[in-house]
Amino acid sequence: MTDDKDVLRDVWFGRIPTCFTLYQDEITEREAEPYYLLLPRISYLTLVTDKVKKHFQKVMRQEEVNEIWFEYEGTPLKWHYPIGLLFDLHASNTALPWSITVHFKNFPEKDLLHCHSKDVIEAHFMACIKEADALKHKSQVINEMQKKDHKQLWMGLQNDKFEQFWAINRKLMEYPPEDSGFRYIPFRIYQATTERPFIQKLFRPIASGGQLHTLGDLLKDVCPSAITPEEFCFSIRVEDFTLPWPISAHYILPPVFGGDKNGEKTTQVMIHGIEPMLETPLQWLSEHMSYPDNFLHISIIPRPTD
Amino acid sequence: MSSSLLWAVDIFGRVYTLPTVGQYWELCKDTQLEFKRVSAVKQCCWGIGCDHQVYTYVFSGDVPIRYQEETYENQRWNPVGGFCEKLLPSDRWQWSDVSGLKHQQLDSFTLPSPHWEWESDWYVDENIGGEPTEKGGWTYAIDFPSTYTKDKKWNSCVRRRRWIRYRRYKSRDVWAKVVSHDDQDRLSDPFNDISIGGWEITDEPPGRLSVWAVSLQGRVWYRENVCHHNPEGSTWSLISTPGEVAQISCGPYDLLWATLWEGQAIVREGIDRNNPQGVSWSTVESPGSENGIMHISVGVDVVWCVTKDRKVWFRRGVNSHNPCGTSWIEMVGEMMMVNVGLNNQVWGIGCDDRTIYFRQGVTPSELSGKMWKAIVCGRESDRSQTGSSTSLLSAGCFFTDDIQNQTNAIIQGDADTSSDTELSSIPTNFSSTPPMLAAASSTGSQAAAAPVNVTVDPLDSDTEAAAASAHNEKAHLESRKSTNPNPSAELQWTNIDLKEAHRHAVLSIGTFAETSSLSSLGMFSVGAEEQYGADEHALWAWVSGGGCLVDLHSPLKWFAVPSGLSSSVQSLSLSITPAQTAAWRKQIFQQLSERTKRELENFRHYEQAVEQSVWVKTGMLQWWRNWKPHKWMDVRVALEQFTGSDGMRDSILFIYYMYHEEKKYIHVFLNEVTIIAEVLKEGKHSFALYTPERTKQRWPICLAATTEQEMHDWLSLLTMSCCESRRIQGPPSHQAIWSVSCKGDIFVSEPSPELEAGPQPMPCDQMFWRQVGGHLRLVECNNRGIVWGIGYDHTVWVYTGGYGGGFIQGLASSADNIYTQSDVKCVYIYENQRWNPVTGYSSRGLPTDRYMWSDASGLQECTKANTKPPSPQWSWVSDWYIDFSTSGGTDREGWQYAADFPASYHGHKTMKDFVRRRRWARKCKIVTNGPWLEVPPVTLWDISIIPSSDADDEESVALWAISDKGDVLCRLGVTQQNPAGTSWLHVGTDQPFISISVGAFFQVWAVARDGSAFYRGSVSPKKPAGDCWYHIPSPQKQKLKQVSVGRTSVFVLDKNGNLWYRQGITPSYPQGSAWDHVSNNIRKMSVGPLDQVWVIADKVQGSHGLSCGTVCHRTGVQPMEPKGLAWDYGIGGGWEHITVRGNASEAPRSSAPSASESPTEPTGSEGSGRKGKTERSRTPLLVSERQEVDRNAVNC
Repeated sequence: MTDDKDVLRDVWFGRIPTCFTLYQDEITEREAEPYYLLLPRISYLTLVTDKVKKHFQKVMRQEEVNEIWFEYEGTPLKWHYPIGLLFDLHASNTALPWSITVHFKNFPEKDLLHCHSKDVIEAHFMACIKEADALKHKSQVINEMQKKDHKQLWMGLQNDKFEQFWAINRKLMEYPPEDSGFRYIPFRIYQATTERPFIQKLFRPIASGGQLHTLGDLLKDVCPSAITPEEFCFSIRVEDFTLPWPISAHYILPPVFGGDKNGEKTTQVMIHGIEPMLETPLQWLSEHMSYPDNFLHISIIPRPTD
Repeated sequence: MSSSLLWAVDIFGRVYTLPTVGQYWELCKDTQLEFKRVSAVKQCCWGIGCDHQVYTYVFSGDVPIRYQEETYENQRWNPVGGFCEKLLPSDRWQWSDVSGLKHQQLDSFTLPSPHWEWESDWYVDENIGGEPTEKGGWTYAIDFPSTYTKDKKWNSCVRRRRWIRYRRYKSRDVWAKVVSHDDQDRLSDPFNDISIGGWEITDEPPGRLSVWAVSLQGRVWYRENVCHHNPEGSTWSLISTPGEVAQISCGPYDLLWATLWEGQAIVREGIDRNNPQGVSWSTVESPGSENGIMHISVGVDVVWCVTKDRKVWFRRGVNSHNPCGTSWIEMVGEMMMVNVGLNNQVWGIGCDDRTIYFRQGVTPSELSGKMWKAIVCGRESDRSQTGSSTSLLSAGCFFTDDIQNQTNAIIQGDADTSSDTELSSIPTNFSSTPPMLAAASSTGSQAAAAPVNVTVDPLDSDTEAAAASAHNEKAHLESRKSTNPNPSAELQWTNIDLKEAHRHAVLSIGTFAETSSLSSLGMFSVGAEEQYGADEHALWAWVSGGGCLVDLHSPLKWFAVPSGLSSSVQSLSLSITPAQTAAWRKQIFQQLSERTKRELENFRHYEQAVEQSVWVKTGMLQWWRNWKPHKWMDVRVALEQFTGSDGMRDSILFIYYMYHEEKKYIHVFLNEVTIIAEVLKEGKHSFALYTPERTKQRWPICLAATTEQEMHDWLSLLTMSCCESRRIQGPPSHQAIWSVSCKGDIFVSEPSPELEAGPQPMPCDQMFWRQVGGHLRLVECNNRGIVWGIGYDHTVWVYTGGYGGGFIQGLASSADNIYTQSDVKCVYIYENQRWNPVTGYSSRGLPTDRYMWSDASGLQECTKANTKPPSPQWSWVSDWYIDFSTSGGTDREGWQYAADFPASYHGHKTMKDFVRRRRWARKCKIVTNGPWLEVPPVTLWDISIIPSSDADDEESVALWAISDKGDVLCRLGVTQQNPAGTSWLHVGTDQPFISISVGAFFQVWAVARDGSAFYRGSVSPKKPAGDCWYHIPSPQKQKLKQVSVGRTSVFVLDKNGNLWYRQGITPSYPQGSAWDHVSNNIRKMSVGPLDQVWVIADKVQGSHGLSCGTVCHRTGVQPMEPKGLAWDYGIGGGWEHITVRGNASEAPRSSAPSASESPTEPTGSEGSGRKGKTERSRTPLLVSERQEVDRNAVNC
């Protein structure tokens, strides 16, 4: 039987095969070979690309080397977004490996943050975790932890140590038994089609009536632009009505979302490269499919039209 | 957590109950009567009806309330007629009690009230002190009174035999009118108030209750002799009072307060174990002079009252020594009444809105609580009933020699025990109330007995009793008529069937109502309306929380209007939770694996961005050093995890220490560790690590952390690393061997096929044990993955299929199947005194004496103040109290006397006794979690599950148990899908039992409290409870205490630690012929489905120390050599229990994974096989290294 714990493992060990190529205008001493790497989805670009940097620096003159940055099809890739999110947002439904262009010049100041050392990543990562715990537990859990626990979270991510990370992180995923979930769900919704960086609001995992909020509830509430009521149509298959037993919710609520008048889906809601059903309880998603920074990073992207 | 009930009465007199786990008020099952007041405890409720009569409502547990009547037939020998009824004039009566002083003829025994029925006719007891007598049951002596023996000798001049007959309380789950045999004029005054409690005063007799009532004229009555086997009590005693009493309240312990019409309160003093009625009253004035006390309620050590102006007051400073307390404190809120329940929790009924309020925040440190919170629960009248009470009658005992062939002939020959006779006699006194089943007939055809809930009294409740009973008679007839048309119905074993039976009942009520008077129709319409009118706001008149256990760990759901059908989700179910079956969950699993395939499948040759490296956890611990003098020393500890070239992860634990200014270290490869267990060592947070080598030495590595949290972090990490290096994850397999340590910790080991392999089995000190959360005294399993456990408080738990729990959290623990579990046990200390001529017994001992407050051995000083719970996980839940149930007996103050310390103690003082001691007990409780769910309500002592190899999944599994009162029970409806089963079937015995075991072919053996063995005849899947008991004499002069039956082997254990094998058992002669001694020094044993024998042994010598409670495996057990040859020693000491009844996997030649194993399961025979292999391949290298290290450690 599959266990919820397996989801944590699958999420952690998600890898994106990537091909790094040097930007054509970069000046090199000899031709730069592309570099292939399996990038951990839950990590950050600048945290796991030491090898890439070393590889391309070998063919460049030392004075040409400035701060490294990455770009995919003209979009500079924000290192402070998790890799999996960047891929889902910009490159899902494209052929693998993911082809990333490496730059050493013309740092796009207005698009990207500087990342001079790993300390910057650590600071950003810990800030996210603290923000998430502020939402989940009024910061109580993270504040009760010791400095070494914080370090263990970071080292776990940096060294790709699942157990090391989760030995601490599980405490962040607990909640008092008298509550049915966190205070608020830490989430961010990204849309490929808008200029806005992301949507983040206060949203509780439990409705006032006591029932669990679902992913669909969240999107309806905080991201109505992705979904308008008339578009939220039900596609009911005829055979469902011939069933002798009562039709349960998931039969009549397939993940048609942001659909057009024909019931065709026009958008995809992606987390970790998959499309969870809209009935998925948000609390469960938050516990099992958050990134290591404890946020649910949800991408809404146009559905490929083929 | 099991549910308990809050009782309440609304202003229409209807009685409702609210379960602590529920969200709805449920109408009391017996709705025929209207009530003014109720007073509840856990097992029953007493009430005053609107007719001012007293009623009691006893819950139908699964075990019947039975009472054994006995009388003796006495005869004397004379030369003419031999033994005959003619006795000498100086002799006792021909029929008498055991002493001979009281004349008791068979027909002088009558049922005490209409709520009782006879179970069978009188029959002769053929058992004297655990040994079977000759047929006829006569025991012989020289003269009356004397010692009786079973053998007739030349000088046997008198003989006697014991006749027994059982009666059974039948009025359960209904309001049973408490009949007064007392003269009616004494009780002409109708009752007005009632309060029950006092069960904590003494547990002798079991279930004793104090029942106090107040009559309209203000007199106070005490009901005598209310206890478990006499739920109605016997008579009312008048207790004189200083004034006219208006209302009374009795706490769980010795607190009893009443209010006078004048407005003062009176407090009963002198209530104790020897005098539960108390001695005298003292008066407490009301809080204000203008407003007298109107209502009062007491708990263990709290008193709440309501004055006539509806103000609520809390009494400060109340305790056992000062039951009057010191002063009143006014509380917020205006109430009609307040009621104090279990754990001093408080409920009240609001003055204006008649809503029931719960006092939130009542804790031992804050007895007055924080705030009133209104209970808002809908009402529904759900008539469905869980649990059923079924019972088989006692069927006497037989000589073992008589049952060579099947048993039919004998049964029919003996009228006393033939169930045919039962069948013909029972219908005449069929109860109208609890659904009950008749005994199966001996031919195997089973007749259904009519259930049902039909105490339909068609008249108004103020009808006279006689008329009512006449109508009840009529109702009986009606109900029997309505069910008689289906006499051939199947015996209704399961709940589902019972529900159908209920529908029947409702139907018959309906038809009956139509034909009866209008007034009864009115009654019914109230009930009918209730089913739909759940939304109306209830107005309450009375509330009683005396049976309601509010648990801090499982929050109440009483305070929000439930939405939709969510309450159904609350039901405790072992089946897969809805979340697991949900489509969204499936989809996530499916998509994740598709994603992994898509993104990784073709790119595995790519380089990983992050290289794996060594991960180290370090810390400071204390180590119980290897050299003398042994003591704790500070050490630095480091755990290094690394990934080998084969992708396997391994770990090494380093312990760095100083020895004579020199830095040294020892290290342990975690793949060699066989167990990591918490240990109790000098009150430290300590744990022990064993390897096979250390097991041989009986000398583990002991480490201690400064805090519990730190220890649990290490334990969790080390356990996880051990499991990882052995590739063990997920739940234990069905073959797993379960064991329990003396701390109550549960360990499980995956048996490799080599474990039971012929002449060269795997040594059992190499078995790897991992911990499973929870706290148990005993665990039993079979090879279908059905596992049950019993806690120290006798609570019954069923395994949920999960793993982890306890300190094992996060990843090594399953998420869905872990529940809160609690257990309660006692800590004992002894008060010792010595006699001196001046002051008599005093706490001044001789200089050489033991401590005046000590442990049982006298070596450790244990005072009330300095004795702590066993570990920080435990917390006290009671105060110190004198334990009167010590073996050897005590006097009225709990003292045991002896000539000197240490000696054998006895319960009365003699001239030669110069010292005395008494035992004090204090209860403590642990709250933990693990893969266990409670199986309420019966509490158990022993349990056994059939090991069966070829049963299909749907088939029900035989499970037998002994209740903590000694009743034999058979669980119905146990399947792999529903391991908790559905209900208990009670199997009658003539005395309490203590051990039971069911073998692979339904051989059921049991041991009775008198130390004799019994075999149950004719047990089969069709006849799960068998037909009768056969008495098997125990080995010469030995009293047995445990039995275990494997495939064909039967082993018993006696109270002196001897293990015996039953010889001569054949299919046609299942009871065997003789006992054969196997071994001594055995504490507990388990015989498995391969007839393998495992025991917990005492006094096992290791190279470094002696151990008690060691797991041992009998080697050389062969079909031709079932007793085996020698012992192989495994983990221990400190082990309490083991069960190998899951391990049916044969030796390697047939060790192919069985078809029933699901291929995805990570453990099981396949996994453990691999484990064995890796171990072997690794051993040479590691052994040599380790030995070197150990030598270093020991030598220097």
